[in-house]
Amino acid sequence: MKITRNLLATISHPIIPLKDRRLNFGAKWDYTPSLEDAKPYSIAPRHELFINGKFTAPASGHYFPSINPATEQPLTEIAAANAADVDRAVKSARRAYDRVWGKLPARERGKYLYRIARLIQEKARELAVLETVDGGKPIKESRDIDLPLVAAHFFYYAGWADKLKYAFPGKTPRPLGVAGQIIPWNFPLLMAAWKIAPALACGNTVVLKPAETTSITALRLAQIFQEAGLPDGVVNIVTGAGVTGAALVQHPDINKIAFTGSTEVGKLIAKAVAGSGKKLTLELGGKAANIIFEDAPLDQAIEGIIAGIYFNQGHVCCAGSRLLVQEGIYPQVVKKLRDRIQTLRVGNPLDKNTDIGAINSAAQLAKIRELVQSGLAEGAALQQTQCTLPAKGYWYPPTFLTGVTHAHRVAQEEIFGPVLSVMTFRTPEEALERANNTPYGLSAGIWTDKGSKIFKMAAKLQAGVIWANCYNKFDPTSPFGGYQESGFGREGGLHGLAAYCRLD
Amino acid sequence: MSTTRLEVKKTYKLFIGGKFPRSESGRYLPAQSPAGAHLDNYAHASRKDFRDAVVAARAAAGGWAKATAYLRGQILYRAAEMLQNRSGELVAEIARSTGVTPAKARREVNLAIDRLVHYAGWTDKYAQIFSSVNPVATPHFNFTLPEPVGVVAVLAADEPSLLALVSLVAPVILSGNTAVVIASEKFPLPAATFAEILATSDLPGGVVNLLTGQRAELAPHLATHMDVNAVVDGTGHAELQTTLQGGSAVNLKRYTRRDFQPAEWFAAQAEDPYWILDTVEYKTAWHPMGV
Repeated sequence: MKITRNLLATISHPIIPLKDRRLNFGAKWDYTPSLEDAKPYSIAPRHELFINGKFTAPASGHYFPSINPATEQPLTEIAAANAADVDRAVKSARRAYDRVWGKLPARERGKYLYRIARLIQEKARELAVLETVDGGKPIKESRDIDLPLVAAHFFYYAGWADKLKYAFPGKTPRPLGVAGQIIPWNFPLLMAAWKIAPALACGNTVVLKPAETTSITALRLAQIFQEAGLPDGVVNIVTGAGVTGAALVQHPDINKIAFTGSTEVGKLIAKAVAGSGKKLTLELGGKAANIIFEDAPLDQAIEGIIAGIYFNQGHVCCAGSRLLVQEGIYPQVVKKLRDRIQTLRVGNPLDKNTDIGAINSAAQLAKIRELVQSGLAEGAALQQTQCTLPAKGYWYPPTFLTGVTHAHRVAQEEIFGPVLSVMTFRTPEEALERANNTPYGLSAGIWTDKGSKIFKMAAKLQAGVIWANCYNKFDPTSPFGGYQESGFGREGGLHGLAAYCRLD
Repeated sequence: MSTTRLEVKKTYKLFIGGKFPRSESGRYLPAQSPAGAHLDNYAHASRKDFRDAVVAARAAAGGWAKATAYLRGQILYRAAEMLQNRSGELVAEIARSTGVTPAKARREVNLAIDRLVHYAGWTDKYAQIFSSVNPVATPHFNFTLPEPVGVVAVLAADEPSLLALVSLVAPVILSGNTAVVIASEKFPLPAATFAEILATSDLPGGVVNLLTGQRAELAPHLATHMDVNAVVDGTGHAELQTTLQGGSAVNLKRYTRRDFQPAEWFAAQAEDPYWILDTVEYKTAWHPMGV
């Protein structure tokens, strides 16, 4: 006892009262880098279009660079498909549909998908590395979340191919024909899997357009299709920017358009297909409310909030970007959040320690900065980690804004970055009112230990996916998609099949 | 002193929020028999009438969606009872409006009644058929179920004026949606009479609202209205379809069209529980399993 007292007496700095204590790791939080080995995986200097089972040069003759957003170094150049290229791809898909894929017994279609799933599992590490290098997401996520889900999607829908009549009691499901699919840059391979697997399982053929900043893994997937012996033309991949996508949407011989991306572009597509008879599904933006009640398991909730907004640098349409905190626990939540974000490691996406990787592009970084500035200008207060960001590349530290009101742009517009807007509420009714006060309706989170409160909130939240006491969970068996201006149609699960079938 | 009794003529009015207003515009149109004889006047709905009807539909949406499936089923069945009870009125209305024989009109009315009974039975079953429990690979309980999308604009087919309307509206409202219905432009009177019958069933005011008038005039406003969640288009009219679907993009309304020839509305294909799914949203909920 005496020794302890003497030791205490020698402490020179003042003792901070318990309630004011902060975690302060300082330099102790710097881990020794643990880099994933990217050397075995080479990236070809040029990537062509994938049409009719072959890699072919674009009629446009144009290529655009693809860079690593963590280093700003060019990785390769990618073919820019013009309307003539898109036409070639659609013709190839139509031919494959008429001659091969549409006639193949359903069981055989399923076996191709199983084979693809297995090849993806085998090449998962390579694909994860490429995904991380090309898109900037942490290897921890591409390796442990994206790739397992990609393989699982193909595996799940493979099994549906010969069971479709059980999915639609009383109906005879038939394929639609050629599906044009446009996917975003935040989960390049996973979005390709969400689109391609159910389309093929239902007997359609595909023309896929990846996002221009993340085309590499989609084209690597094309090689897997070749290796799997998938008949030529069943999947075609046309790379390029918005013009390529527009050519695909407007092509007269497409039967279905599936788009994942911004609400703004989704509306343009909806207008463009009007009157054409093309079937359309849209998976668009969101501004999800993550609602935390006073009776929530607080430490779990904090982890859920962190996973909800900082997963994949916040480049997630269903990100829990509006935190609604019940007033009584607001000070604790803010304190815990402030401490927790200090522990998030921002940096080299290939480092297995990294929690927050690179922002996908310079344009996206500019958008995040602009929106955060607007929040500050409108009166919000900035809470940010004090970490050192790499000199090259596109980075944004984990951030949250307090003092946000519902009228602020940061409470209404999708930021699509690691930025959380924190607001408060008093009653469950007020939380609902605020949560639903947006044209979006993709997802929502509820944190409480009371079951009946979860059911009441879940029933009244205008959102397609409700995570209760968890957040950002995904599974191929679980349908995903939005209400209102977050789009229409579902992807995943039994309900995802309806997007690719005609019911007779 | 003449003994000839003067017949009392009525003007067929709009049906909004359970009430029967005239058009706020003061406009009306004459309904004529196929032979060209004047039948009666009916209200010529304006854009403002449409907006008023959406307000009424929105106001009714919460309560109707919250009503139990059992109750909604009983109310729809009650509507079928009222329809049966007053079927003579509808037969006469269809016959004088369209010029078909009373026997043919009777066939249409009977089928409309039977379809309403059929859909009344779906209120507490469709969710069981079309929902799912999803076997996710993580320790979570995960399920998906349908819920009503909200306020739906329904454009009835011109012919058959009653049967198409009932076939389009029943699968919309049974899940808990409320509807603003634009009646057959060619034969509006049977629809207006149907609304008078609905008003005496137990359907809460505002669940079905009915406007008569000119579709092409209302269509652009209907499509771009920001508080309408879905459009069910039975017009079968290509130009209107493009206007409606294109306009719907403004707030991403769910748009569905049903292209049927008049005779096809009498066939089995015009009675389809999958139609319910065109105006529902699927909600998926996750919860961890553990202690």
